[in-house]
Amino acid sequence: MGHYLLRRLLIALPSLLGISLILFVLLALAPGDPFGELASNPNIPPEVREALRAKFGIDDPIFVRYLHWLAAMLHGDWGFSFASRIDVDRLILQRIPTTLYVVGSSQLLALAVALPVGVYAAMRPYSIFDQIANTFAFIGFSLPTFFTGLLLILIFSVNLGWLPFVYRADIDATGWHWYSEYLKQAIMPIAVLGLFQAASYTRYVRSAVLDVIKLDYVTTARSKGIGERKVIVKHVVRNALIPVVTLVALQMPSVFGGAIVTEQIFRIPGIGSLLISAILANDTPVIMAVTFVFACLVVLFNLIADILYGWLDPRISFR
Amino acid sequence: MILTLLALAILAGPLIWRVPINEIDFTARLSPPSFDHPFGTDDLGQDLLARMLYGGRISLAVGFAAMAVALVAGTIIGAIAGISRGGIDAALMWITDLFLSLPQLPLLLLVIYLFRDFLKGLVGPEGGVFILIVLVIGGFRWMPVARLVRAQFLSLREKEFVEAARALGASNLRLVVRHILPNALGPVIVAGTIDVAAAIIAESTLSFLGLGFPPDIPTWGRLLFDAKDYLDIAPHWALFAGGAIFLTVIAINFIGDGLRDALDPRKVM
Repeated sequence: MGHYLLRRLLIALPSLLGISLILFVLLALAPGDPFGELASNPNIPPEVREALRAKFGIDDPIFVRYLHWLAAMLHGDWGFSFASRIDVDRLILQRIPTTLYVVGSSQLLALAVALPVGVYAAMRPYSIFDQIANTFAFIGFSLPTFFTGLLLILIFSVNLGWLPFVYRADIDATGWHWYSEYLKQAIMPIAVLGLFQAASYTRYVRSAVLDVIKLDYVTTARSKGIGERKVIVKHVVRNALIPVVTLVALQMPSVFGGAIVTEQIFRIPGIGSLLISAILANDTPVIMAVTFVFACLVVLFNLIADILYGWLDPRISFR
Repeated sequence: MILTLLALAILAGPLIWRVPINEIDFTARLSPPSFDHPFGTDDLGQDLLARMLYGGRISLAVGFAAMAVALVAGTIIGAIAGISRGGIDAALMWITDLFLSLPQLPLLLLVIYLFRDFLKGLVGPEGGVFILIVLVIGGFRWMPVARLVRAQFLSLREKEFVEAARALGASNLRLVVRHILPNALGPVIVAGTIDVAAAIIAESTLSFLGLGFPPDIPTWGRLLFDAKDYLDIAPHWALFAGGAIFLTVIAINFIGDGLRDALDPRKVM
């Protein structure tokens, strides 16, 4: 297992390098000077501008610039936010727990809905439950998150007035009241993101379970007299989860995309809304850093998926 | 069916509903649906039906154009990877996997942020943004197509009819274009159908974040973006725009699902 993990890590590194290369090439190809904002900003003295140009090596050959940039990124020197006037890494560190909290709970919600529904639907294919679940899944993944978010706000905040629609990081309450306020403001974003993912996961789980449930070893397990419940949980679901993990890992980029939209709708102070505001403010270092962080998160979740494979199917880790 | 209706409405609508999209009427600000304005009006008193019809054209055009870009790029890369063995294949597949693990939305935003002004200067604000959005959305959606085409090629190139053509002295290019590609395209077109829906969602997402088309071009996503600040007093505004996106996407998904069930019940990925 340790060996397998190490090999997976070694595979993840080149893809991180590749992502950094793509990011850098984009930045280098972009017309105009990325420091144009600095040059036109009268608040920044010329010697600072010159120092920055020298530090980023604007006049060096492109390959040298890439190595310099990479070294700076690895040192944790991600530059200085033009708009917020603090270091980019501190800005991102402030924002990232909120994003991880929202994305993580929505994924948990998605799996908590999709696994039972998908398995149950596949156990009785073409039953009424299956058809209802399929219809809902179909509607669910055709509804874009920005529309469901607005709909929920319209129903629960504007018409019913039950839930707040602005996410606040500073709630001025203590004890139980604080927890209830915190939960109330997180319900809608998590539901929007989680149910959207749950819709597509349900379809994956259903088709994966359908593939496995007809296999001979399941019939064997049943004929040995093992209870239906145990057959499903230990024999069917564990094997059906392997393709599901692949598909969930492939969904990760769009999960984070959805997180950006949701954060924007509900004004959650995470890195997604940081990205949008940075783009609107032409804050290049922040944009680059946030994009890179998103890429790292995707690679990290792919790595977690690989570890899950090893656990679900021990044969994989010995190959 | 719904899609045909929508497409017809979008294409023929402006001929029938001749209200200009930018006629400002402050006396009819944010009015709910009425006989004069079937879909109501927005905060400047502009007719929403006319704006929706106009925006639908752009949304659908972006969807289909981006799908075409993704299909062409994916087919070329998949075909090259599928016909050549060894190094080139491995390298191309590594790039494909790399692109699959990229966070697409942040990169879309980044590319648009970096290149928007450049293309605007080159071909004007509308054309520039259109080309950019189509290229970028297509450029981040070709990977599944490339994998699919490669898988098809790997099995097709061992078939007898390809062997026969090769024995007759057909060149590699002729083999690919005349013999393998036509047989590999079925599932690719199915995947492409679903890509149209994804591209429409991507464009609406960009516009919804306020980073797509400029404000004077009312795409559906842009309408939603403008509507979200008036949810409490003019909910019809958001509902019509969002409903249009939803209907289009679900119709396309239905078609794609049906095609997939009809042509190939086994996986598309």
